Parts: sequence; C-alpha cells; structure tokens
Amino acid sequence: MKQFQYIRPATQQSVLDAITKPGTKILAGGSNLIDLMKRGVTSPDKLVDIQKLPLRGISQNKGNVMTVSVGALELNSAVAENKIIKESFPLLSMALNAGASPQLRNMATVGGNMMQRTRCTYFYDTAMPCNKREPNSGCGAMEGINRMHAIFGTSEKCIAVHPSDMCVALAALDASVEVKSKKGTRYIPFTEFHRLPGETPQLDNTLATGELITRVIIPHNNFAKNSYYLKVRDRSSYAFALISVAVGLDIRGGNINEARLAMGGVAHKPWRLKAAEQFLKGKPATVANFEEAASLAMQGAKSFGHNDFKLKMAPASIIEALSNAAKLS
Amino acid sequence: MKQQAQHTPPFTEGINRVDGIMKVTGAAKYSAEYELPGMTYAVFAISNITKGTITSIDTKAAERAPGVLAVLTHLNAPKVPGYEAGKDPSKPPTTGGPLKFFVDNSVKYNGQPIAMVVADSFERATYAASLIKAQYNKQQHETDTEKNKFKAAAPKGGRNGGDYKRGTPDDWKAAAVKVEQEYVVPINVHNPMELSVTLAHWTADDKVTVYAKTQGVKSTQNAIAQAFKLPVENVQVTTKFVGGAFGNALRTWPHEIATVQAAKLVKRPVKTVLTRELQFNTVGYRPYTWQKVSMGASADGKLTGIIHEATAQTSSFEEFTEGTVNMTRFMYACPSVGTVYKITPLDVNTPTWMRGPGEATGAFALESAMDELADKLGIDPIELRIRNHADTDPENGKPFSSKNLKEAYEMGADKIGWSKRKLKPGTLTEDGWLIGYGMGTGVFGAGRGRATVKAALLDNGTLLIQTSVTDIGVGTGTAMTQIASEIFTGIPVKKIKFELGDSSLPPSPTQGGSTITSTVGGAVHDACTQLKEKFQQLIGNGGTDKPDYVKVLKEKNLPQLEVTVTSSGSTEMRNFSSYSYSVHFVKVKVHPKTGVVRVDNVVSVADSGHIVSPKTARSQIIGGAIGGIGMALMEEGIMDHRYGRYVNNNYADYHVPISADIPQIDALFVNKPDYRVNPMGAKGMGEIALIGMSAAVANAVYNATGKRIRELPITPDKLLS
Repeated sequence: MKQFQYIRPATQQSVLDAITKPGTKILAGGSNLIDLMKRGVTSPDKLVDIQKLPLRGISQNKGNVMTVSVGALELNSAVAENKIIKESFPLLSMALNAGASPQLRNMATVGGNMMQRTRCTYFYDTAMPCNKREPNSGCGAMEGINRMHAIFGTSEKCIAVHPSDMCVALAALDASVEVKSKKGTRYIPFTEFHRLPGETPQLDNTLATGELITRVIIPHNNFAKNSYYLKVRDRSSYAFALISVAVGLDIRGGNINEARLAMGGVAHKPWRLKAAEQFLKGKPATVANFEEAASLAMQGAKSFGHNDFKLKMAPASIIEALSNAAKLS
Repeated sequence: MKQQAQHTPPFTEGINRVDGIMKVTGAAKYSAEYELPGMTYAVFAISNITKGTITSIDTKAAERAPGVLAVLTHLNAPKVPGYEAGKDPSKPPTTGGPLKFFVDNSVKYNGQPIAMVVADSFERATYAASLIKAQYNKQQHETDTEKNKFKAAAPKGGRNGGDYKRGTPDDWKAAAVKVEQEYVVPINVHNPMELSVTLAHWTADDKVTVYAKTQGVKSTQNAIAQAFKLPVENVQVTTKFVGGAFGNALRTWPHEIATVQAAKLVKRPVKTVLTRELQFNTVGYRPYTWQKVSMGASADGKLTGIIHEATAQTSSFEEFTEGTVNMTRFMYACPSVGTVYKITPLDVNTPTWMRGPGEATGAFALESAMDELADKLGIDPIELRIRNHADTDPENGKPFSSKNLKEAYEMGADKIGWSKRKLKPGTLTEDGWLIGYGMGTGVFGAGRGRATVKAALLDNGTLLIQTSVTDIGVGTGTAMTQIASEIFTGIPVKKIKFELGDSSLPPSPTQGGSTITSTVGGAVHDACTQLKEKFQQLIGNGGTDKPDYVKVLKEKNLPQLEVTVTSSGSTEMRNFSSYSYSVHFVKVKVHPKTGVVRVDNVVSVADSGHIVSPKTARSQIIGGAIGGIGMALMEEGIMDHRYGRYVNNNYADYHVPISADIPQIDALFVNKPDYRVNPMGAKGMGEIALIGMSAAVANAVYNATGKRIRELPITPDKLLS
C-alpha cells in the first residue's frame, strides 16, 4: 500500500482546513473506503478521520416546517433502531435494515453510506477497464457481465449503479443534505446529491472538494402509515439489490393524497419515479393504478443483456411495493 | 468378514463434539494461527493475462521495498529438485500434471502467480508484490466451456474415462413417455471460511516442518518429500483443525510447494495465506458441466432406456475427471443405459473435487430428469422411483451390501408432509407465495480403506488413540471417541484422547470421499478390540466389565499397554455393491412477482448404515443440505471470458447461503447397520448430504411455479424470464 498521512482532528474547523486538496479522503466508518484502498482502487495521500467530530444525534426541529435531523456520523444501525425514525419514517428504517449485514451497519455511518462507491466489478478490479476508476479506459460492463447494472440514466461511459438502500429511502423522503466547507454551509436536495454518469462517471455526486457532510434533514410527511421498502436480491441478506423500491403513500379515504417512489439497483443514483408519483396523486389505491404507475415509471428504460430481466422485475417490484405500502393483500 | 452381530449399540444421542468447547472459545488453533520465531510472509504477484509468455518481469522496486527478503520468479527461483524441469513441455504425459510455479515463463491462466514476495510482514509483502511489473506476449485464450464444447473428448486416463453401454440405450426414443433435456451446473468455487494456509520451516538442511491446511497430512508429507527429494520422515506436517475444506485441500497445490521452496531460500519460516481473491484461481473448483439426459418409460412408468452425457471443463495442462455420469448406471432398474463423459481443456486452473463431487453435478441432471418424467407420466415422483427401484446392482448384477432407500423415501415424505404436495404445479399458495415440494435422491460409494491406529491404555487411566487422519470439521475426533467408548465402556469419555492431524502418527488416508468413519473408524474399532483382548490376557480370566485399568497397570508395573493395528475392508466386499443413499425433501416458497425463492423446509434422510456419532452426523447432514441450497440457488463463479477473469471473486459477490436463507432442516437416519462394510456397520455420509439436494430444490421450484430451471443457480431473474 502507498504511504499516506492519517490525521484525526478534534474540531470541525480543523477538518475543514485539512480537506481542501484533492487526494484527501474523509474516513468515517471505513466500511467501503478501506476496501477500496486495499484493492488499489483509491490511493489517498491523506486520510482525515472525522470520528471525533460531534456529528451524531437524531433530533426533531419544530420550526415553520417540522423536520428531523440526522447527524452524518450516526451509525446505520442506530438510525434504523431510533424511535423517532421508526415512528415518523419507517421507510428509512426498513431501507437501512435491508442493507449490508448487522456487522457493517454497526460500522457504517449515514454520511459514509451516501459516499459509498459503486460495487461494479470492473470498478473494483484494477486489471479491467473502467471509466469511473480511470477516465477514458473504457467500460468493461457495457459488453461484459452486466447483470447488476443500470437501466436508467446510463451513458456511453458508464452503466454502474449506486449500491445504497438508505439513499433510495432518503431520495423518496425529499431529504436534504447539509454540507459545510470553509466557504460556509449549503443544502443539497437529496435527489441532486448523487448524479448521473454522463461524460464524467468518475464523479459520483455533487459534493465539491473541501466539503463535509454534516447532517441529513428529513421534512415531516404523512407517509408513516403506508410505507414500504422492497428489496429483491439473490439471497436474504448481505446482497446488493437487483431491484429495490421505496414507497411512501399518504392515503386518505382510499385515495392517494401524495405518493413518493424511488428505485435502487437501476441507476447511477437513487432513481425517483416522479411521473409515477404524479400519476398516483389523487387516484384510488388500486392494483390497476399501481400497474399504470409502474408502466409510466419504466419509460426510457434500457438494458444491456444480462440485466434485461430488470425490465420485467422493476415494474413487478413497483407494483408489489405499492401494494404492500397500501396494505392491499 | 462375517456378519458381526456382537456390536449393535443403541441409536442414542451420542457424545458431544469433543473439540466443541475449544472451537467456540477460540482455543482451537488453526493452521494460520501458528507463529514461529523469525517468521516471514509470502504474497504472490499474479498474471493478469490468461495465456501467453512473460517477456520481461521487473522486480527491482519490490526487492528494494522495506522488509523484503526475497522475490522469486521463473528467472531466479531455486530449483525444486523433484520438479524435473527440462522435460520437453510439448510432450506432457497423457493425463498431464499439476502446474509448477516459477519454472518457466509460460502463463496458463489468469491469476497464475508469476512472482512470490517474501517479507517481514504480510502488509509489506503485499505492497512489494504490487510493485512487480511484467510484460507479456499475449496469446488468444479460451475459458468458456460452452463455446469449447465441440473440442471435448473422452479423458485419456483416470477411472472416469470411457463410455458405458448396457442393452440398447437408444430404446428411450421409442418409449411411450420421453424426456430429453440439457442441464448446466456452473463453476462452484471453493469458498470455505478458512483460506489456504502453508507455514514452512526448515529445521535442518534436509528437514522441514509444515503447518498446512490439508485434508491429509500424509499426502502433503509425501508430496513435499517427493518435490524436495527428502526422506518422508524428514517432512513433518501438522493440521490440527480445519475450517472447512470440502475438497479444496485434497491436493498439495503448487503454491504450497513454492512456500516450502521460499522458506529454504530465505532460511526463515515462511507463511502463505491466500487471499480470498486468489483462492478462486488457486485451489480448484467444481467445474462447469453441461449435461444431457435422454430417458424413456412405458406408460406405466417403467424406464426403458437412459442416456446420460456430460461435458466438463479442465485445464490445458492437466486432466481432471469425476464421476458425473456414473450414478445413472446403477441408480434405477433400467435395462438399457448409456453414459458418455467428456472434458474440454481451457486456459484455466485445474478444477478439483468439491463436496459431492461429480455425483452432485450428475444427480442434478438425473434427478431433475426423473422429476420431469414423473410430471409427464402424471405420477408422483417418489412412485416413479419406487417403480424403478433397483433391487440388485444393474451395472454389475451384484447384490447390495445393504439398501434401505424405500424406507428413506417413506420417512422423509412423512416428515415433510409430502401428501400436501399437488401433482399439478403452480396450484398451492400460502400468504401470496407459490408453494412447491420437491425431492431428489443421492448416492455415493461406501467402502473401507486401510488405516493404522495405535491404541494405548496409560497408567493415568487415559485411553490414548492415535492416527494421522485430519478432521476437516466433520467431527472425526468425536466419532472415533464414540467408537472407542463403546468398546471400552468402563472408561469415561473424557478420559479417551484421540490424537490426529500429525504426519508422525500411524498412517490414515486423506479425509475425502466419505470414507473416514468407515476406514479409520474400522481401524479404531479393531485396535481397541485388540487392546481390550491384550488387557484381558494380562489379567487372566474372570475380569469385570469395568476393570480398574490404572490399578492393574500399576500392579504389573507397566506405564502403558499398547497395540498398533492396521486394518482394512474384507475381500467379501467384492461380492457386493455398497452405497450410501440420501433422499432430500424440500418445501420452497416462490414469490410470484419478483421470482425470489425461499427454502421453507428441508428434510434430509440418510441411509448410511449405523450412525456412529448422531450429533456430528446430524450436523454433517445439515451442512450438506445448506451446501446444496447454495448450489441450487446461489453459487456461480462468473467469469468475463473476454479477459478470462472472475468478476465475483469475493465474499460479497460470490453468494453462499447466509443464516437468513436457511430454514428448519431435519436430519433423519434410517440407521440400519451394514456389517459387511465395517464392524460398526457404518457407511459414509459426507457426500450424500449434498448429492441430490440441488435437484430437490429445482424440483420444488418447478412444483411451485411450473417453471423448470435447468441451469443453476436458480436466481430470481431466471424465474421471471
């Protein structure tokens, strides 16, 4: 392994001072970054361990708009089991518990989960081409083994998917991300935090060099009663999603007042299904409407061979997740 | 051997695992945990091309890296004297031979070690290995079995070569009801928890001590002695505990020889622990195997002809064969049977045995086809098997030494609730999930080999039993203690000490092929029996059932009383066919929208003679069932053939079942002794625990959905297409 510097600052200011250069990586739980370093996928000059920062805690803020704030260093397992989260945002709790394994959830943080990189095998194997790891080296997956790969928002350069479950739920819940840098504080809508690959697949997200994720803020909603996270995978635990669907429904008298839908395992970012949400708004919660919504959601999907099945599995999973959220049996 | 009726112990719960507490408290010392003074660590640099030659290799940076003691490549590695380098490589022996590392510049598969770095820490060795740069002359490679099936040929050597024919196999074509289908078992990679480990330490110029993960300390001892031209007794191999082997440590692999070679060069102990990634390319795997079963039956369900064909992959330098099609020759009473077995050489590492081994692959095809035939006939799949039950061995006409398969069908069907199964698939649901029941039969040869055991009564009251056998986790130590305790009923179990896993002990065979309980157990039985007789002679007539051994030995002024006994199976066995059988019953749930399969219940029944050690036998059956679930639903080594590289060479992407995938598993035993095989009446069960399981799962999935998946693993995508 290449020699690197490791620091563990005690204050936020000293972290912000330490992360201004590319080649510096922020270390939180380390459950993905350390793997990437071992495999030679990334070789930072400097690791800034932020575990000493007070970026923990889950709290309700009762301002103009009621929100819940989750510290960037909260553990995935702690968030999943938190009383406020379980009561107000069961979707997030379900998504977190669908991710990784208990051991990993006990190490992985909220901010780290957002920053985890794709699990595309070509990205991980430094002997293979990958535009994300090494720009302009080619995409190994496009004509290679692409069973796990994207069907939405792909580019000529990259068809990788973002592997997170938590992020799919946060995208559905209209969360926003608080980031700090020496320039100050800014808020990024969660759906704009991750990006599509386009011409620059090496960039996973819109975080700039020098920026630190400090909190995730989730606005109050009425989805708690009718939420569901469906994860279809090759084994019951510790497997990435073939397809996952996050659903939040606000159902009043059998009609859908508001719907939130996002998918995982299909794109370079958590994939919000806005057209389907629009369609469902004001409609009765019926299987027929769910089928129509699923069909709208699939517009523009494109597969690459091994992942052709996703064109069938994705709409089926949307219908199943919606039916579960609406408690139709 | 006479029918021995004197030894029919009751089928009890048996003793606890003798090393159980050591294992759960961490006191059990596995091979990687040995530390020696001055120990160094070896890490391999590997080829990232699949076929060709190394034109140059730059090791300067690695040599200069901190902590590095040596870098071995084909340019500088000291000769392994037994390797006989210099033979014309264009004329390999007909059946090939294992690859030898660092003897020439050829690359025969992707991931082949091209250099070995020895350093004072694992991390430093890893870093230095990453600095090695090689240039290659690349050649076109072939790694895809399916694409290279046309090149397949009958193996030149080995016992699995040669086509088999009885009667007129083509009779299936004229049958009233026919099945003709192809089945595929993909590469299953050896992924036990414990990685391959070799720690070598030369204690003198001509003496080496090795701690290794091996299934046979004697075979590893012999391989090292041959490679380095040493007297066998100058090689000491120790393997006290194994964290799962399943066949991957049956052979002594070239990286182990390289470790011994490196230790000689640096004159310090060298430890090699393979990475998970390297495990995929280095210690073998269950080969990709294409199969075709053509079978016909009369309208009343009597088989008229079966043809079972298989083509599997092997490496370019060595023939690997296994008994993939052999079960079809004797499993059912069918007058006309043909089998064809071929292998096709590819630019890959050599496959190896993996639990079951070829029989598990073959049973997937045969037992799936039987299910398809039952479905076409409209009869229960158990009924079809009973109608074609072989009362004598149809391959050689011999009687079976014992066979209680019909009873096993009945026990398992009863336990799983087979009567709830619907003949018509896709008709049973529970809570919105499709429900299906399926079954499959397994069979594996049951014999007894030769082993030598030393048994000694010590004057501290201990019964010490010693033999070189390893325990790869199945509970050999427990079973042997149980056998001894049933002969020396007066000695408490905790005073019986079974020592194993040491090449200096009396020789036992390698643990593999479901033979150890029979072979070593038979020898332990014989040794204990003779020791007891020797003791009786010592005290004369009139002893009690529970003599005071300590008192007698002290009175006679003997520190110990011992016997060393070599024993093996009887010649009478030649007149019989002897097999262990299993029947697996599976209930699955299949989600109708997502195609997700969950195994809901498993009942596995073993007809493997008397059960010597019920607790460890139960664990062995459960472990085999889990392995079979993995084979059926998850396991697949996926290679990108453009590069000849695995794309899922890690524990996250190569799926084996995790706890949440595993339901209630009931292990049932027919438990009828077969004294022709050995004096305990026991037959092996390591392989049958897995053989037939993947077919049972696939048949249950068909029963649930009406979809027949003939290419494993049965992943959700296949059920949606």
